[in-house]
Amino acid sequence: MRDDFDVIVVGGGHAGCEAAAAAARMGARTLLLTQRLQTIGEMSCNPAIGGIGKGHLVREIDALDGLMGRAADAAGIHFKLLNRSKGPAVRGPRAQADRALYRQAIQTMLAEQQNLTILEASVEDLLLDAAGRVAGVIGHDGRRFGCGAAVLTTGTFLRGMIHIGQQSTPAGRVGEAPSVGLAHTLARLGLPLGRLKTGTPPRLDGTSIDWASVAADHGDADPEPFSTFGPGVVNRQIVCGITGTTARTHAIIRDNLHLSAVYGGQISGRGPRYCPSIEDKVVRFADRERHQIFLEPEGLEDDTVYPNGISTSLPHEVQVALVASIPGLEHARILRPGYAVEYDFVDPRSLRPSLELRAVPGLFLAGQINGTTGYEEAAAQGLMAGINAVRLCGGLEPALLDRSQAYIGVLIDDLVTQGVSEPYRMFTSRAEFRLSLRADNADLRLTALGAGWGCVAPARQRRYQAFETALQRARRRAEQERLASGTLAALDAPIRPDSGERSLIGWLEHGGVPSHVLEQVCPWLTDLPQRVLEQLRTEGLYAGYLHRQDAERRMVLREDGLALPGDIDFAQIGGLSHELQEKLSASQPTSIGAASRIQGMTPAALAAVTAYVRRRKAEHAVCFT
Amino acid sequence: MQAGLSDTIFALASGQGRAAVAIIRISGAQAGGLVAALCGDCPAPRRATVRLLRDAAGTVLDQALVLWFPAPRSYTGEDAAELQVHGGAAVIEAVLLELARRGGRPAEPGEFTRRAVLNGRMDLLAAEAVADLIDAETSFQREQALAQMRGALGAVYAGWTERLLRLLAQQEALIDFPDEDLPDTVTAAMRTDMAQIRAEMARHLDDDGRGERLRTGLVFAISGPPNVGKSTLINALCQREVAIVSPVPGTTRDVLEARLDLAGIPVTLLDTAGLREATDPVEAEGIRRARARVESADLVVALTDDPGACGAAPEDPRVLRVRTKGDLMADPADGILTVSAQNGTGLQHLLSELERVAVRLAAPRGTPALSRARHRAAVQDAMACLDSAAAATLPEICGEELRLAVQALGRITGRVGVEDVLDSVFRQFCIGK
Repeated sequence: MRDDFDVIVVGGGHAGCEAAAAAARMGARTLLLTQRLQTIGEMSCNPAIGGIGKGHLVREIDALDGLMGRAADAAGIHFKLLNRSKGPAVRGPRAQADRALYRQAIQTMLAEQQNLTILEASVEDLLLDAAGRVAGVIGHDGRRFGCGAAVLTTGTFLRGMIHIGQQSTPAGRVGEAPSVGLAHTLARLGLPLGRLKTGTPPRLDGTSIDWASVAADHGDADPEPFSTFGPGVVNRQIVCGITGTTARTHAIIRDNLHLSAVYGGQISGRGPRYCPSIEDKVVRFADRERHQIFLEPEGLEDDTVYPNGISTSLPHEVQVALVASIPGLEHARILRPGYAVEYDFVDPRSLRPSLELRAVPGLFLAGQINGTTGYEEAAAQGLMAGINAVRLCGGLEPALLDRSQAYIGVLIDDLVTQGVSEPYRMFTSRAEFRLSLRADNADLRLTALGAGWGCVAPARQRRYQAFETALQRARRRAEQERLASGTLAALDAPIRPDSGERSLIGWLEHGGVPSHVLEQVCPWLTDLPQRVLEQLRTEGLYAGYLHRQDAERRMVLREDGLALPGDIDFAQIGGLSHELQEKLSASQPTSIGAASRIQGMTPAALAAVTAYVRRRKAEHAVCFT
Repeated sequence: MQAGLSDTIFALASGQGRAAVAIIRISGAQAGGLVAALCGDCPAPRRATVRLLRDAAGTVLDQALVLWFPAPRSYTGEDAAELQVHGGAAVIEAVLLELARRGGRPAEPGEFTRRAVLNGRMDLLAAEAVADLIDAETSFQREQALAQMRGALGAVYAGWTERLLRLLAQQEALIDFPDEDLPDTVTAAMRTDMAQIRAEMARHLDDDGRGERLRTGLVFAISGPPNVGKSTLINALCQREVAIVSPVPGTTRDVLEARLDLAGIPVTLLDTAGLREATDPVEAEGIRRARARVESADLVVALTDDPGACGAAPEDPRVLRVRTKGDLMADPADGILTVSAQNGTGLQHLLSELERVAVRLAAPRGTPALSRARHRAAVQDAMACLDSAAAATLPEICGEELRLAVQALGRITGRVGVEDVLDSVFRQFCIGK
């Protein structure tokens, strides 16, 4: 019976969908269990995918043949490349998506996915074998499903509690029951649980908004899709609105702060600093006179508008007054009040870098249950958890990405070594290899790896190969082509005519010659596919830094290569402070590199750990010989 | 990386030779065990306690004052102890031998301080200052080392680091939160801040190396034609015979050195070989070396015994012209400092002139001075990063350069790339520290 499925995924959100699809792509018999079939792929909060840092994650998911990028392209109704005025490394693709189309795109892809069974069931408990390994799950109706590995992606549903003003209702999302049984299971397993909160703004009736009095926010004229090899942007594009809070809005909030769930004391969980409620913003940035609000329609056939920027847990009637104080929203009708949701999460330091729980072999966690916020962060974890669940079933070593390879690597390393003190969101500033980890080269970094893991379908592999070959050929040609400074200076390039000869790559890295001049001298450049040409330019732009980052990367790899066994009792190591012993025990770093990133780590502590491990290794060696 | 960090180490911390008291230091996880083994028990923490020290056979080695410092409140941050024993060679040897027998390991030079750094008890700057303090010969050297040990120089770097991190945070906010309609003035303010930090770094570097000079000492070369009286003058200044003084030209073949404390600044006087064409290869080598050292000296005291020497020679602030053998001539009124080592005329005047130069070159100015080439290189790196950051048109490149600038400063205090610098820093330590 325990062999019913290889992998069972619990939860049909962004993490669960990616986990299930990845497992099934790899050929594993996969079961996706969700409380409600029709909410699979639901965007519970804002109707948008991507952004700065988050867009990088979506491109990486796409490079590993995940769903999110393709679904966002199929549902996108307002595309914008954020930070367009800045360099390519920090540009973030973002799209607002039609909520219904997005759900539909995900559900269609899952329905077409081979090896995948989807069932509607609420999971109440886990089945463990005698050795404490996951053997299956038990549904609310007592049905049992056997598996080799399970992925839990319960989002905000673990003992979820929704707060509107002084009212509190147990729920994972409005109108959907929380998972209480699973929360008990996890507590019974002795996992360290914490509590976090997040919030959502009231939804408005778009027909009641005075659009003429708010600024128009157009998407990009030349929208850039997420998926590198998808059909591109397919929908009619819409215009959004921009308005802002007023002095009256702030006064209303201040007067009613005591009624807010967050400030009234109902909520103990920590909220995200980076996506604060409007109450938070008014309190913390008291000198700001206006906070920007983006009015984002939720769909082409849907009049619901998501007012991005006023997430709140104030009572309904205060929300009405608050909304009416905003220009353009004077007569706006609230379709559904905003709320705060509080939920359990598992301290992610109890996970291995594969996202498997150390304490429960075969059980993987992904998404908000690990303390993150955001669809993209959830999807990225789901993808990796799905891949690793399959590899565990097959007795393979985990598939891991390090910090120098991908934002996914940064995300997971941060979670499992540092833990979280507030909902974790991705930023480009978290990535020390930011100039190498770009949205524009995600497939160059990851697709070949993914193909090796078996999670990239052959069709994408072929298209990627074609691109990679074209890029390699162009690079080689650009290395061989020699251009004299005199030739370029004669074409008005602002360089000294006697500054010598360089390869075309050399001139791209030099940066002093405008691209139109280079294209004039090397007309073949303009015949290159656009992406290839842009890749050459970007590599040239960051050349000096990329070389330096390569050197740094080798250093990180060397440290990460010093593996630590998983069963170290840090209390046994002399010379470690209690604080460090606790931190090390909590995250059980798998390498010296990971240990060095734990906050408060001293060189002596690292040396002590290294010495301990070496000594232990030597003792083992003696035993075996 | 140094092996044996988990060993318990010991060393004689006080000077070699017969003395009333000698101090033996012990540090490491087994320090308490060693103390208990020698004393019979481990005394109360941080309290001077008299104990008999015995070897394994129970033979009494000495009666000592024992201090026990449990971790982390000790010099090294580890369990540590000090045994104040009688300072005779036999006592010291017996106690050290017993410590080794019971599993301790003789410490390497600087190993105690190295452990203090590794355990976060002090940063690299403080550790270097400890070494400087041990080597300090003059009052200003002591002052500079003490200030650095107590964090004066570290505070300068920490201040820059903190301001750079704040700038970096602003830069990152502009990159990661473009929707937050942050005021455009942020970047203008950032530029001003960046330029200000850069200017402060430039001022810090533009000190003619006075901190390094004070630490290593100044070099004044005495030069002049053969038999002008260089050695005689040095002897008079040092009040002892350091050079062979003879009336035969070319007696001083090699460079001879004498160390003086001039107004709190250590100065090495170089007595150079007579600068003339020599045929003897040994003498020629002496002259070549003399020339090289004169080249790099902080001051050249150029001697002449020509009563008619012209005072209008080109003014070089690195050259002090002095006329010797003042007792043999009438007082010329050309303003050149005239001395006589024979009857002492002008010597006091010359000394105060030399002191004036020493103070100008190396006396502390009241602001913390960098004391090592390592600091200078790191600040120069940081400054170069700030230049690139200011020139960058893309914010992510500006951010990268700011990050690199912070890293460069981190190398000074040892927060970044610790292992790389540790060895170079601790190589210069003596044993027992």
